[in-house]
Amino acid sequence: MDATTSTAPKKQHLIDPEICIRCNTCEETCPVDAITHDENNYVVDAEKCNFCLDCISPCPTGSIDNWRIVTKSYSLEEQFSWAELPVQEQIALGAAIEGGDGEAADDEAARLIAEAHLGVGGKSVAPASAGKPRINLFNRAAPAIATVTGNFRLTHDAADNDVRHIILDFGGTVFPVLEGQSIGIIAPGTDKDGKPHNIRLYSIASPRDGEKPNANNLALTVKREPGGVCSNYICDLRKGDTVQVTGPFGATFLKPDDPAANIIMICTGTGSAPFRGFTERRRRAMRDAPGRMMLFFGARRPEELPYFGPLQKVPEGLLRKHFAYSRVPGEPKTYVQDKMRQAADEVALFLGSDKTHVYLCGLKGMESGVDEAFADICRSAGIDWQQLRADMRAQGRYHVETY
Amino acid sequence: MDIGNVDYTTKIPNNVGLADDRRVLKALEGWHPGYIDWWMDMGPEGFQDALVYLRTAVSVDPKGWAKFDYVRMPEYRWGILLAPQDENRKVPFGQHYGEKAWQEVPGEYRAMLRRLVVIQGDTEPASVEQQRHLGKTAPSLYDMRNLFQVNVEEGRHLWAMVYLLQKYFGRDGREEADELLRRRSGSADSPRMLGAFNEATPDWLSFFMFTFFTDRDGKMQLESLAQSGFDPLSRTCRFMLTEEAHHMFVGETGIGRTIQRTCEAMKAAGIEDPTDIARIRALGVIDLPTVQKKLNLHYSLSLDLFGSEVSTNAANAFNAGIKGRFQETKIEDDHRLTGSTYPVLKLVDGEIRRVDEPALTALNMRLRDDYTYDCAMGVERWNKVIEKTGVQFKLELPHVAFHRQIGEFKDVNATPKGVLLDDEAWAKHRDEYLPSKSDGDFIAELMQPEMEAGKFAGWIAPPKVGIDNKPGDFEYVKIAA
Repeated sequence: MDATTSTAPKKQHLIDPEICIRCNTCEETCPVDAITHDENNYVVDAEKCNFCLDCISPCPTGSIDNWRIVTKSYSLEEQFSWAELPVQEQIALGAAIEGGDGEAADDEAARLIAEAHLGVGGKSVAPASAGKPRINLFNRAAPAIATVTGNFRLTHDAADNDVRHIILDFGGTVFPVLEGQSIGIIAPGTDKDGKPHNIRLYSIASPRDGEKPNANNLALTVKREPGGVCSNYICDLRKGDTVQVTGPFGATFLKPDDPAANIIMICTGTGSAPFRGFTERRRRAMRDAPGRMMLFFGARRPEELPYFGPLQKVPEGLLRKHFAYSRVPGEPKTYVQDKMRQAADEVALFLGSDKTHVYLCGLKGMESGVDEAFADICRSAGIDWQQLRADMRAQGRYHVETY
Repeated sequence: MDIGNVDYTTKIPNNVGLADDRRVLKALEGWHPGYIDWWMDMGPEGFQDALVYLRTAVSVDPKGWAKFDYVRMPEYRWGILLAPQDENRKVPFGQHYGEKAWQEVPGEYRAMLRRLVVIQGDTEPASVEQQRHLGKTAPSLYDMRNLFQVNVEEGRHLWAMVYLLQKYFGRDGREEADELLRRRSGSADSPRMLGAFNEATPDWLSFFMFTFFTDRDGKMQLESLAQSGFDPLSRTCRFMLTEEAHHMFVGETGIGRTIQRTCEAMKAAGIEDPTDIARIRALGVIDLPTVQKKLNLHYSLSLDLFGSEVSTNAANAFNAGIKGRFQETKIEDDHRLTGSTYPVLKLVDGEIRRVDEPALTALNMRLRDDYTYDCAMGVERWNKVIEKTGVQFKLELPHVAFHRQIGEFKDVNATPKGVLLDDEAWAKHRDEYLPSKSDGDFIAELMQPEMEAGKFAGWIAPPKVGIDNKPGDFEYVKIAA
């Protein structure tokens, strides 16, 4: 579609002239020369910007991270003349939004996902065999309304952490998702400055056909964070409550649909959510898949490991499981990277195959330890991990989603 | 190997293949303990154990180089990071214009290059030393975090220069690398090499002015070295510039937030006259005339860093293809400057006049003009902040002849407007142009620390956006960690 004549609302990338210090970093960084400047302002050419987000992280000010949904793009001349950003124009609710090929057309969600994917160390690429994700069908202005049909505590009563399994039903609303995607939840009310609460993203813990097969529902794994507005809101939801949902979001951290794909999944805590979806999808749709799956799952104690009970019942033939506990009294602290080293031979064997996909999900703190473990395992196996990781990333076989 | 990603398998993170370069790796590992000793002795005082929310580069790829996490500063992963190599890059100026860029140091330019690298390298630890006491009086955890980010990145820039010395300059380079750790800012016996880097940074207003004006000199020097025909120097400087932008940001927004707060306090108290200094100071904010005096001081000190307006050293470095002009590749001319001239401000018969000089020898003047333009645009953005509040005041850059220790105007007394005064008149008016002792005392008194997350000292406004998009009450530094 011709962007200049289309009347469908579209996302436009803008720079806040009140915050920008005109350091030229974005213009230097942009791979498609979409950013330019005059004596007054640095601006983004809507005709050229392809939403690659390369400019976002190097910007020292945060001025680069601004977006408007527009029916007609602001021209360079208009942007040059600004002393401040224009307010968001009123767009009819429910209009489908065109917005590049990013993870989300919603700037709040796009930023959260970009942050979560930083650890991949380059441009995230979806697995070649992944299904085509639908993104941004619902946004803050026009959210989907889901009904809570379940809220169960996953962690042991004696555990310090309250982690919950939440089931949301979409009733008659079409809300198509893929394993690995996230949804946004908006807690009702406003913050202390009177502004609506930020959107929080949660990975979907169920497969694409629903928590229950062919039900129009999905599951989330949510940990109650002390003082966390949204997590407390969700953990306190009761059956029958309704929730405002945006999304779905995410176009790269997706399960490969190729039955021959091997999948190494490494997670801590609620980072297990997407892997529950991956595993369940394989169990339901391709029981005899030749590809193997391996899970490294870290928690403080077995009592605090979400889905500990149900996971025990998943056969080892479908999923090789390695649990690491860091706080079991009387036992040495063990982290996922320690378990990976113990399973070095098996991991190296997996890495030797170009069918293997690696996924990390959980706390950012796990990244460096896991990376070093991979490097060690590869060194012993005569593999150049730096090179392999870069290749896997480019081929959509290496994925990181951490927070 | 993948040049974008950083190798963490060696002690020193790098994207220059150190693991396969035993000689340089060994030299750098030998230098490392001395660096850590220097950091513990001369780095930020009192906060070495604090957890600071810092960005660390994990890749020079745009998505990988700003990874944020809590880090103890002595454990920051200082690394050697060069922008990706362009195989087809050519020398973009000078007598070697159009030749393939050099991957090794040309023998005839060895001494010149080494000197440039050493001078650049010397400024990096110097500013850390100058700023080491500031943590204690930080106006917020946000500002404290920004200070420490600047400090660790200056430390990394030292690493960048030391890598070049160790890799390309043999034994001389190793000795120079050791000297960089031995000199001390403000020391009587072994001072840092450039004047502005031996001045004290006594308070946060000075720090913001320093990062705006003096680090901007650094930016211009890096920009011109980023043009160098010696490709490793060019690639090093290009990556440093991405970090330097953060330092400009700290300075520009630091001053911007200071004057914002002053104007808001004036408006709230119904004070219209910006020169009503006593009443404005009584509000616990810094009056705009004092901000102007600080600006005069730091701008003039920074101008001295560009050296003499007319310089054969600058001409030689350009001719040799070692140090280019600001945005050399975007300039449309012959890139050799053999026949052209450039207007230079000089003192002629007791008057300040513009004189045409051969463009080659006027390169320092030209870079300084580019710098002044860059500064002036920033000052205009500050004026917009003032204007928006309705206060009637304009900040401005002083004349380039004002308060100079180097170059054409070092022997005269010029006012900020460029009027020449005799010594007696200068002595009488000096405190109207430059911060006086009592100005300094007032600012020092105001520098009370604010260490509660989300709170800001009364003299400075909070930022519009948090670092890494964090909310206003984010705990950027965990002091009691």
